Amino acid sequence: MQQKLEQIKSEALAAIQTADTPEGIEALRVKYLGKKGEITSILKQMGGLSAEERPVIGALANEIRTALEDTLAKKDAEIEALVLQQRLIAESLDVTEPGAEIKFGRQHPMSIVLDEVKDIFIGMGFQIAEGPEVELSLYGFDRLNSPITHPSREWTDTFYITEDESVHLRSHTSPVQIRVMEAQKPPLRIISPGRAYRKDEVDASHSPMFHQIEGLVVDRGVTMGDLKGTLNLLASKLFGESTKTRFRPHHFPFTEPSCEVDVQCVVCGGTGCRTCKYEGWLELLGAGMVHPKVLSGCGIDPDVYSGFAFGAGIERMAMLRFGIDDMRLLFENDMRLLGQF
Amino acid sequence: MKLSMKWLADYTQIDTTPQEYADRMTMSGSKVEAIEQPGEEIKKVVVGRVDTIERHEDSDHLWVASVDVGGEAPVQIVTGAQNVRAGDMVPVALHKSRLPGGVKIEKGKIRGVQSEGMLCSLTELQLDVHDYPYADEDGIWIMQEDCSPGDDIVPVIGADDTIVEFEITSNRPDCLSMIGLARESAVTFGTDFNIPPVTVKGGGGDIGEMLAIEIADPELCPRYTARMVKNIKIAPSPKWLRQRLRACGVRPINNIVDITNYVMLEYGQPMHAFDYACLTGDKIIVRTARPGETMNTLDGTARDLTPDMLVIADADKAVGIAGVMGGANSEITEETKFVVFESANFNGVSVRKTASALGMRTDASGRFEKGLDIENTLPAVERACELVERLGAGEVCDGVIDIRAKTIQPATLALEPERINKLLGTAIDDRFMTETLTKLGFTVSGNMVTAPSWRGDVEHYSDLAEEIARFHGYDVIEPTLHGGLSVGEFTAKQQAERSAGKLCRALGFSEIYTYSFIGQTDYDKIGAATDSPLRRSVRILNPLGEDRSLMRTTSLPSMLGALAGNWGHRNLSAKLYELATIYTDKGEQLPEERQILTLGSYGEDGFFDIKGVCEAILREMRVDDLRFRAETDNPSYHPGRAAAVYSGDTRLGVVGQIHPTVAKNYGISRDVFAIELDFTVMLNCHLGEMTYTQVARFPAVTRDIAVVCDKSITAAELTDCIRAAGEKSKILREVKLFDVYAGDQVPPDKKSMAFSLNLRADDRTLVDEDADEVVKAVLAALDEQLGAVIR
Repeated sequence: MQQKLEQIKSEALAAIQTADTPEGIEALRVKYLGKKGEITSILKQMGGLSAEERPVIGALANEIRTALEDTLAKKDAEIEALVLQQRLIAESLDVTEPGAEIKFGRQHPMSIVLDEVKDIFIGMGFQIAEGPEVELSLYGFDRLNSPITHPSREWTDTFYITEDESVHLRSHTSPVQIRVMEAQKPPLRIISPGRAYRKDEVDASHSPMFHQIEGLVVDRGVTMGDLKGTLNLLASKLFGESTKTRFRPHHFPFTEPSCEVDVQCVVCGGTGCRTCKYEGWLELLGAGMVHPKVLSGCGIDPDVYSGFAFGAGIERMAMLRFGIDDMRLLFENDMRLLGQF
Repeated sequence: MKLSMKWLADYTQIDTTPQEYADRMTMSGSKVEAIEQPGEEIKKVVVGRVDTIERHEDSDHLWVASVDVGGEAPVQIVTGAQNVRAGDMVPVALHKSRLPGGVKIEKGKIRGVQSEGMLCSLTELQLDVHDYPYADEDGIWIMQEDCSPGDDIVPVIGADDTIVEFEITSNRPDCLSMIGLARESAVTFGTDFNIPPVTVKGGGGDIGEMLAIEIADPELCPRYTARMVKNIKIAPSPKWLRQRLRACGVRPINNIVDITNYVMLEYGQPMHAFDYACLTGDKIIVRTARPGETMNTLDGTARDLTPDMLVIADADKAVGIAGVMGGANSEITEETKFVVFESANFNGVSVRKTASALGMRTDASGRFEKGLDIENTLPAVERACELVERLGAGEVCDGVIDIRAKTIQPATLALEPERINKLLGTAIDDRFMTETLTKLGFTVSGNMVTAPSWRGDVEHYSDLAEEIARFHGYDVIEPTLHGGLSVGEFTAKQQAERSAGKLCRALGFSEIYTYSFIGQTDYDKIGAATDSPLRRSVRILNPLGEDRSLMRTTSLPSMLGALAGNWGHRNLSAKLYELATIYTDKGEQLPEERQILTLGSYGEDGFFDIKGVCEAILREMRVDDLRFRAETDNPSYHPGRAAAVYSGDTRLGVVGQIHPTVAKNYGISRDVFAIELDFTVMLNCHLGEMTYTQVARFPAVTRDIAVVCDKSITAAELTDCIRAAGEKSKILREVKLFDVYAGDQVPPDKKSMAFSLNLRADDRTLVDEDADEVVKAVLAALDEQLGAVIR
């Protein structure tokens, strides 16, 4: 019997070594160690042994069982590693093939610039005010120190809704200044983005509907230096820290002193090119100290408070920022343009 | 306004480069638009004298000239012109010369004869017979100028000038003149400024005996000044005057007309000259036009005048439209012997309205409409008379008729240096302020300042602040940030706008910007009925065209237009969104402005894709109790593929496939889909603040059921029925349709609908009996209420 066991052992070990699949291993496990396996059937015959032989054979059988189990486990692990290895090889991909396409939509270039501008001013403690596009001339002109005789009120320049000229499509976002000053008391720090309308035919630099962002700060002791500091900050955030600005005297009815603000040409850096018409500067916005008449018209005492205001064209900002050379492209909504942002 | 640097030297000496001049003027408030140096374009063009001229041997029209150009030997030049004779002085473009417009001239052989350059006509020098009236328009310019062979042509034709073009703001009509700009230049550069004194000898008889003037409308004509000149000799103006006009972009005509133009450029005061012989009754009346009155203007056009237009009339008829244009009936001609110079001040608004109504904005009206200096009429007419005498153009009559119908006082206000510094954020000393204002023509007396008569724009201390700031330099004002803390934040709506945009983009839709105005045909294209309330748009009374005359009441045409544009550009698919404003007339003075979140697509999606997008947006925007109902009567949408979107009973908008006819109207031959959601209403249906609900502690059980029902029964009806039937059990958590089948396995007119029921209790693990009970109740309800039976 001892001999039989030894024979089973050597047979089994040889068989295990030749096995090369998990199924093969499992079959050997059943064959030798299963309930009806060869070792078990040997052990079932132990009843016929003498009392002296029984422990010896029992011990041997257990020893062999353990050896087989260990070998099987080892071989099992080997095969598992091998199978995994084969699987990894089989599963390998050409990782340079393109990934699954996930299509995001794009933000309109004007909206990108607008969001940036809003964030810059929110960061400076401003709030965002809104006002109607179909506006009373009271707010759009009268209170902005543009009397009934002002040329901007001509029917050739402004779109009118009523014959008596009391309602029009706002020609700038400035009426929001008035609405805010009427409704709130200083200190005021607001910006107001929105649509405005002027009777311009469509061309590369004009559109009868366009977008502006208005800004207004009213408080005690607001200076023209504050206007410069605030707008310098805007320019540097929009066009880069090293952007140079230029404040030129200009005229608007609702600010005094007034200025136009230029930034050094973003294309040529100021040396002169087609974009800046060889001036080295690009006009960015109009600004000024709120006219005392405008303040007092809104019930704010110009002897106590001062303020500054500015208005910038979003189209122009977006065009400068992204190098778009024709305003019409901004309203064509062509995916070939939108897809670039 | 164009300024000649040579002319500027009459008033102030500016010694600097053109670029430096332009830069500093721009920074002191007179923005320079362009600098022209016409002489820079012309190279190696000289004066030549023709020594001999002979026929070309091989040609019956060419000539061979030997020309003295000041060099050691004469040069030989072939010309095709027929007007050149020996002894003539002519402009010669030498070998390797350059003419205006970048034209290069080189030597060469013309029919075998060497030609060392070219003889020039006026045209080749970009001049015309108005500049040199004696010249032959079609031939070589035979020069009658004071010059010698070899002289550079540039100074001879006055092209050795620098022309600076300014953009003058509407508040500074005084700067539409040489004197105004010279004053600004002098203050900018700190140079002396003076206006040469004007003297008129006169001697041609007393004006008072020949002419009477009456102002019938003082509001529209505050001042009218006139002088007369007799024995007029109409002739070309001298070269210096022609060149100055030309430099400022005005074409020379004849001495009298040129004088009026010259004075306008110099003083900024438009003038007019009438032929006295054409005035009936020796009288000028400044009055408004009579009803039905007509007049032919100088440009030869018949004008219908209206009673709000101011005219200059004689006893019978209008002879000019005040401040706009003179009449043909009193025009200066070659035969004119006796003229009246008008130098008047007209109401700017009236001039602008008249010019605008007649569609004829002139150089004069463009100045008057800005409001001119009432004190300028007399100096201007005096200057004109001085020029008449200097040019020998006639005999100036003694006396001036000068009627002031209205006085206009310039503003007097306090000079408050401290307040000005406080506004500017500067520490400018008082003396600089006083000096600057004085140089600009203000009168400073103690702490009071009076503005000069030409500065009607100055009213307030802030106006003085601007005058001081622009000469102190805007660029040296220290940039600062205003102190004080405030909270910058977006409102809930502004945040929602941004979130909605991000959401749309995450779902693959790109943002568009469309015009807010549309046309009546846009409503036709989206299938709106003729009596549709959509058509009650706010109307623009003066639109750019009918197609842009209505403020949109729906964002759909704009979206479909953008999709159509993309289709037209052969983009195979497009997914677009816009948070579009619409304008609804509610009978108030101003319309209601609402934002509509609008999405549109073609090329990739089906109905359930777009509905999925709609659901995703509304879910992410936390809209409560979302419901969809079939929308079969919306003319813009496919009657079987559109749903009205509700939050509870509140309508939010619509989602669906665009009606094929509407898509066709936009030229898109693909299925087009759209979503329109009222953004404000949507925000009002917000679920409210997010709160935590305890994660379920007991497992859920899923039961699937499939029922067969009539095809007409909707998923929503079945789902609602299941929910209602399961509600009492309190364990039915979710009902989800997961399969719809119609075909061989079910009778025609029937369909099979499979639902997955999710059941869970909060306090125990469910047993089969719990689930069975719910399923039983559900199946009973489906059968009973909808005739849907288990499959």
